[in-house]
Amino acid sequence: MAAHLKKRVYEEFTKVVQQQHEDLSTKKLRLTKPSKSAALHVDLCKATSPADALQYLLQFARKPVEVESVEGVVRILLEHYYKENDASVRLKIASLLGLLSKTAGFSPDCIMDDAINTLQNEKSHQVLAQLLDTLLVIGTKLPENPSVRMRLVEVACKHLTDSSHGVRNKCLQLIGCLGLVEKGVAKEAESQAAKDVQKIIGDHFNDQDPRVRTAAIKAMLQLHERGLKLQQAIYSQACKLLADDYEQVRSAAVQLIWVLSQLYPESIVPIPSSNEEIRLVDDAFGKICHMVSDGSWVVRVQAAKLLGSMQQVSSHFLEQTLDKKLMSDLRRKRTAHERAKELYSSGEFSSGRKWGDDAPKEEVDTGAVNLIESGACGAFVHGLEDEMYEVRIAAVEALCMLAQSSPSFAEKCLDFLVDMFNDEIEEVRLQSIHTMRKISNNITLREDQLDTVLAVLEDSSRDIREALHELLCCTNVSTKEGIHLALVELLKNLTKYPTDRESIWKCLKFLGSRHPTLVLPLVPELLSTHPFFDTPEPDMDDPAYIAVLVLIFNAAKSCPTMPALFSDHTFRHYAYLRDSLSHLVPPLRLPGRKLVSSTVSPNITPHEDPSQQFLHQSLERVYNFQHLDPQGIQELLEFTIRDLQRLGELQSELAGMADFTATYLQCQLLLIKALQEKLWNVAAPLYLKQNALASAAAKQILEETYKMEFMYSGVESRQVVIIHHMRLQAKALQLIVTARTTRGVEPLFGMCEKFLQEVDSFQRCFISELPHMQGSFVDKLLDLMPRLVTSKPAEVVKILQTTLRQSTFLHLPLPEQLHRATANIIEPTGESDNPLRFTSGLVVALDVDATLEHVQDPQGTVKVQVLYPDGQAQLIHPKPADFRNPGPGRHRLITQVYLSHTAWTEPCQIEVRLLLAYNSNKSKASTRIPKSTWSESLEALPPSENGIEGTIPFSKPVKVYIMPKPARR
Amino acid sequence: MPEIKVTPLGAGQDVGRSCILVSIAGKNVMLDCGMHMGYNDDRRFPDFSYITQNGRLTDFLDCVIISHFHLDHCGALPYFSEMVGYDGPIYMTHPTKAICPILLEDYRKITVDKKGETNFFTSQMIKDCMKKVVAVHLHQTVQVDEELEIKAYYAGHVLGAAMFQIKVGCESVVYTGDYNMTPDRHLGAAWIDKCRPDLLISESTYATTIRDSKRCRERDFLKKVHETVERGGKVLIPVFALGRAQELCILLETFWERMNLKAPIYFSTGLTEKANHYYKLFITWTNQKIRKTFVQRNMFEFKHIKAFDRAFADNPGPMVVFATPGMLHAGQSLQIFRKWAGNEKNMVIMPGYCVQGTVGHKILSGQRKLEMEGRQILEVKMQVEYMSFSAHADAKGIMQLIRQAEPRNVLLVHGEAKKMEFLKQKIEQEFHVSCYMPANGETTTILTNPCIPVDISLGLLKRETAIGPLADAKKPKLMHGTLLMKDNSFRLLCPEQALKELGLAEHQLRFTCRVHIQDPRKEHETGLRVYNHLKGILKDYSVQHLPDGSITVESILIQATAHSEDQGTKVLLVSWTYQDEELGSYLTSLLKKGLPQST
Repeated sequence: MAAHLKKRVYEEFTKVVQQQHEDLSTKKLRLTKPSKSAALHVDLCKATSPADALQYLLQFARKPVEVESVEGVVRILLEHYYKENDASVRLKIASLLGLLSKTAGFSPDCIMDDAINTLQNEKSHQVLAQLLDTLLVIGTKLPENPSVRMRLVEVACKHLTDSSHGVRNKCLQLIGCLGLVEKGVAKEAESQAAKDVQKIIGDHFNDQDPRVRTAAIKAMLQLHERGLKLQQAIYSQACKLLADDYEQVRSAAVQLIWVLSQLYPESIVPIPSSNEEIRLVDDAFGKICHMVSDGSWVVRVQAAKLLGSMQQVSSHFLEQTLDKKLMSDLRRKRTAHERAKELYSSGEFSSGRKWGDDAPKEEVDTGAVNLIESGACGAFVHGLEDEMYEVRIAAVEALCMLAQSSPSFAEKCLDFLVDMFNDEIEEVRLQSIHTMRKISNNITLREDQLDTVLAVLEDSSRDIREALHELLCCTNVSTKEGIHLALVELLKNLTKYPTDRESIWKCLKFLGSRHPTLVLPLVPELLSTHPFFDTPEPDMDDPAYIAVLVLIFNAAKSCPTMPALFSDHTFRHYAYLRDSLSHLVPPLRLPGRKLVSSTVSPNITPHEDPSQQFLHQSLERVYNFQHLDPQGIQELLEFTIRDLQRLGELQSELAGMADFTATYLQCQLLLIKALQEKLWNVAAPLYLKQNALASAAAKQILEETYKMEFMYSGVESRQVVIIHHMRLQAKALQLIVTARTTRGVEPLFGMCEKFLQEVDSFQRCFISELPHMQGSFVDKLLDLMPRLVTSKPAEVVKILQTTLRQSTFLHLPLPEQLHRATANIIEPTGESDNPLRFTSGLVVALDVDATLEHVQDPQGTVKVQVLYPDGQAQLIHPKPADFRNPGPGRHRLITQVYLSHTAWTEPCQIEVRLLLAYNSNKSKASTRIPKSTWSESLEALPPSENGIEGTIPFSKPVKVYIMPKPARR
Repeated sequence: MPEIKVTPLGAGQDVGRSCILVSIAGKNVMLDCGMHMGYNDDRRFPDFSYITQNGRLTDFLDCVIISHFHLDHCGALPYFSEMVGYDGPIYMTHPTKAICPILLEDYRKITVDKKGETNFFTSQMIKDCMKKVVAVHLHQTVQVDEELEIKAYYAGHVLGAAMFQIKVGCESVVYTGDYNMTPDRHLGAAWIDKCRPDLLISESTYATTIRDSKRCRERDFLKKVHETVERGGKVLIPVFALGRAQELCILLETFWERMNLKAPIYFSTGLTEKANHYYKLFITWTNQKIRKTFVQRNMFEFKHIKAFDRAFADNPGPMVVFATPGMLHAGQSLQIFRKWAGNEKNMVIMPGYCVQGTVGHKILSGQRKLEMEGRQILEVKMQVEYMSFSAHADAKGIMQLIRQAEPRNVLLVHGEAKKMEFLKQKIEQEFHVSCYMPANGETTTILTNPCIPVDISLGLLKRETAIGPLADAKKPKLMHGTLLMKDNSFRLLCPEQALKELGLAEHQLRFTCRVHIQDPRKEHETGLRVYNHLKGILKDYSVQHLPDGSITVESILIQATAHSEDQGTKVLLVSWTYQDEELGSYLTSLLKKGLPQST
């Protein structure tokens, strides 16, 4: 279609045709392709010394080779291979063979025989290893050919006796990757080799070289990954490897044992030196636990990680991991955890530690103490105390996974997790807080545990505090004292770090709604009401008071008796908070009060909440405006936009949707306004002033459509069509305005063509959606397409104008979930009066800390913009590592922005803001369409036209006071 | 049989005065040279006369190794080297070398200046002694002489503490010094590779204890301090200047940082400042966290901890003070204690063990009224807390180290006899290695079975391995060759080369054997029969019948002659060189069985 269009346009203006010829020239390149192999041949023949030949080969390797010429190149290489005496050149050739066989679309079975033949006479171990590697590549390229694999495996088996570890390594790798998995294929052949594959690999578990041992285990794991069921007999062999001298062997062996434990969890294995037998998974668990105290930290990390996924282990063994029998001078001692628990259950308060309070009590039977258990004893106690934080993190993760599957274990590991809140490395602390949150469904915190948890609220790291707030959101507290304690600590936190306000309120919201009955007895105290006296009315703007109210109101939601305890001003405050902090304060049914929510409540359906209904109703109204006069339409739109914006502020969960629709309506409003302008009727010379409005409207609509497309997460293709449609309308408007204001037709040709191309690509991208767009702008336009293509620009403009006026307003269907990307810069606060001084010409680092919500792929899209007072703007791409992901849909950007400028005489403010970068090439619509159409359109359209890159500011700018001083001489 | 002899001069079934003599393969090494805290007479130092009655110690000792800077491991060093007389090398790690003289000087001052002792080593002696010290790096193999080499491993415990491996040829001993298997706030955990020494000499201070997690203790400590400071109270922490003090400083410093606390922390000055300086320098010896963050900020550059001045004690408001000495028996800590004891808002935290008779011990045992000098009665209203922060490995830790190193024998020192007994029994039971616990002056002899390395020429090795199946490469393998012992080295050569090297002529050695066979036939026919018989059996060998009637199997010659007396008996003469001994004897035994009756 596009080609056709072009042709028609070009027919009239022959100037442009030359471009077409230039495009064709790219095809000439194909003629040069076959020369590649010949060139190589010449080069290699010219080479006088091995070093020369090596150079040629290295150069050759840098360039890609086309599929058709691969075989020829391979032949030439092989020819030289046989002639070559120098091992290094042969090595390079061998590696090139491997590279070449990787070429996409090339089937290497034709060169396999040659490759195998080269192995026969090769003496150098390195070259042998490289050749085997090449064979491996060839083998992996031919997955459908069992006989080839059989052959390769046989070749590998033959070279397993080689004296070099490198060759044996490769052989094992090859067997692991290619050893036959499928049963029933080539029965008799399989019985010889395939069955033996495991045995062959297993035999090399005892190789003298640790690298080969590792390779053997890895090959075994590879077999497992490819779906071959490993034999249980390997288990005992693998267990022996756990005591290997080399860490990489042990590390691989741990993995192998884990794999086997997952394969045969229920088989029974004997315990050595006794007659007892246990389940294999338990035995393996014990063995891996043992490796948590290995000498090498790599192994420890590996072991700790794997423990987490062994969920079939019996609870008896699981609980042992947290048990470390304490003793002092051979007398049994209780752990601090046990003491704390006892103290708690006995109801006593701690009398303050006395010396010897932890004095050991009972005598321990010396014979029964087992100092170095083979079982799981204390594995996690060790892991959590480990020197390397990597191990500790792995242990915490494992604890988390195990606790999620076993509530009783969750209860037990709580003490240990709480202890980890005090780790010296922040990452570990954070990880353990997250872990605790994940298992919080299974646990109820004791008061003493809560105490330690809450102590962390004073941490100076915002990450930690926020994670802790999240944790408290979903924690179960057992007593009302606990709730009180939590509230007190949170308020303390609030006074110390006022920026945590939102997070704390949110936390109290959940705390209140989870524990209504525990909050109830606290209400009089919290509100400081008195049965006889009126107490002074607290300050409504005090964040602490709001925090208390949030807790109470949320508890009151499911506790109807609570409002009776409120005093008058509390009700007033409720009304105020319900309005100003609607996302934190739930609707309450208050006795004797007529509140908006309570009046509406009887006639709403239980599923749909009134605000949602309101949203739909107002949209409904707007879509039916056809019958209104132009003035009425404008007013209706204006009011609806206002309503929607207000709704978005009130109802946080609907904010995205309300904003989205408001923006859409705004676009429509602008379009209507622009079309209603009188300029269309006025003679040309008078446009000049008036057209400002119309072109500004067009521009704004374009901007808004980009915002709609890229700033909201959850936008579906149905919405994308409508957004694109709106954009198309804006472009049409732009075209009309330019046509009206510019003299001469020359520039119009280009614009017209471009516009028609866009219409065309729109049609192709959204062909499936077109039936839903009856009577719309594009629908009408496509009907008129044949006429448009042939008409002159002036006519096109005229047609466009009438179509634009006649077209109907499209319904915007709303998706289920729609969220607007928002950003909030926390740091710098923009309140500082002290300028940041630095010497001009040098740089100063500005810490930027921001929270991002509902941003997809922030690493790729979020940028920081710095605006200097002289209008200079600087765009900074933060590193991917600067983004953290504290929760679903939320990101946090902590980065440093480097500023520099020439000297100023006075301190001045710069603006820092966050931008969301977009590229219409990567729009959601284009990812959706099938690949073939995409590549086609790429050919038809130069990429610059289709891919418009831009940025949307999505945070409030923050001003920073800076002062570059002149350098001192 | 070669043997290793170990004699503890101190620390044998005892804590303090560590000094262990080890003789290994003709080398004598002294491990540690400490003093005993409990004595003020001659018993405070090891009895060096055990080594030699007269003459310089240098002739009897190859080297001295100091594991770390605690006085019970290095306190006797100047006395030993300067007053008794030793000029050989003394090995210690860099931090130990830096901090050791500070402590020795302090020790000298207290003994000489305060207690007024004479006949004690002088400052100059300490300096001279330190000149003999050779500093070593972790994992650096130091050649003491041609055969003796030592290597240091990280031991935790205190800054610069190390375990030493002493190795002569294939025999080796590992001495752990004091070590800690659980990391703390400023040091990592001890680590050793699988070096499989013949003997592991381990400390056993906590032989019968399995400790609780460190985190609980830390948390308790921090909570106590935090609560008191929040109440507006003052916290006194009596410490000894080095070791635990730094750990507690880091603990409080990071806590203050994390929690954004403002109350001041003071550290009474003196030797600490110097020591802290060294802590800053030896970052590589500290734990992972400090090593990783020191580029941003050296953890020992305390932001919240300032130097203490006497006048600060009367300042109002909360504060935390670290003061020496640790047992509240004298000095600054006691002065502050007297000032603060009256207020119940205040708190004293004892981070370690207190000797009986000290104020520290009294208040820990619950005494609330103390009689001070001058008959004053001091009423203690402040809270008294005890927190144990010890940096020795517990029983589990010791077992873990043994598991890591896989020694063939274990010897326990630096602990109480009764506790050692328990651990010894456990070690023997779990690892099946023998365990010793000699008392002071008692010599333990351990038989070793060292392997002797022999050089083999590559040609011979390749030739010999090519013969026979390529069985398990890890298994011992029988090889033929000539062992040449020359110039104190062993070499395995092929015989020809050995002869050439030694300038000897080769002698042929042949074995001949006569086998009688009852065979009435002619000699010639008998020969043929034997030939056919052998040909039938020895298919893999070349069996030839020579024209003169004799038969050769490879290089073995068989001749059949008639018996001189009895013509019915044929004598088969079998002759072979000693190289073909195996085949030759096989042939004889074959022939002795007689020929088959048929044909």
